[in-house]
Amino acid sequence: MEIFLTYLKVFLVGGGICLIGQILINLTKMTSARILVTFLLTGIFLEAIGVFEHIKNFAQAGATIPILGFGSNLAKGAIEGAKSSGLFGALTGGVKAVAAGLGGAIFIGFIIGVISNAHSKS
Amino acid sequence: MMLDKEKQKEYLAEVRKEMPKTKHFSTMLKAFITGGLICCVGQSISLLIKHFFPEFDEKTVSGFTTMFMILITCVLTGFGIYDKIGSFGGAGSIIPITGFANSIVSPAIEHKREGIILGLCANMFSIAGPVIVFGISASILVGIIYLFI
Repeated sequence: MEIFLTYLKVFLVGGGICLIGQILINLTKMTSARILVTFLLTGIFLEAIGVFEHIKNFAQAGATIPILGFGSNLAKGAIEGAKSSGLFGALTGGVKAVAAGLGGAIFIGFIIGVISNAHSKS
Repeated sequence: MMLDKEKQKEYLAEVRKEMPKTKHFSTMLKAFITGGLICCVGQSISLLIKHFFPEFDEKTVSGFTTMFMILITCVLTGFGIYDKIGSFGGAGSIIPITGFANSIVSPAIEHKREGIILGLCANMFSIAGPVIVFGISASILVGIIYLFI
């Protein structure tokens, strides 16, 4: 029963975030790059003011899988770095925290790009 | 002059009538369902990783979950399946981390025939580039602000 409730929360919060994005697209005709940047910056802002932690505790993957989670990881890493090793930490902490996602995306993207061929868009 | 402007207005009204209306309700519902389902897949992956590798701490689990989601997306994009999810789900397929991965692989495949370096590698970041630039810059700003408070 508890696992069902967890999935319900994940679904509602994750879906809700995407719903807000779709409303933005419908109303302002934003392109996907703009949408991604907007939500990323929102994630960084929410983490910086300490709100994101609560959303994450409530919805788990519903909060971390959207690009908001990527932004929150960046901000969290920078804040932790600033606390532990000053200016150097502030400069390197963010990138260090998202190295898994960034490195994975670049490496896997490169490999898949090399081995697969373009599909005609029908 | 006045006549021209009135004519323009009339013409615009006429054009707007003929334009296909954005189906707000159905696109929103589709985005909600797609986004929710992708997040549920992510939740399942992180639960599975926690189950099989109980020694991992929270950061490692979330890192592996992200990588796994990216791997799945890249493979689906390679087979042309993610494009179909994208045309169905709209924002529901863009905003999750899978959309970020798709935005890297999709132009890479498309521009491959222009060469590996100037085609594939240079175009990988046509959408992801701004995201990375804004993300890293903003995170450094936040870090520097935290130095002073």
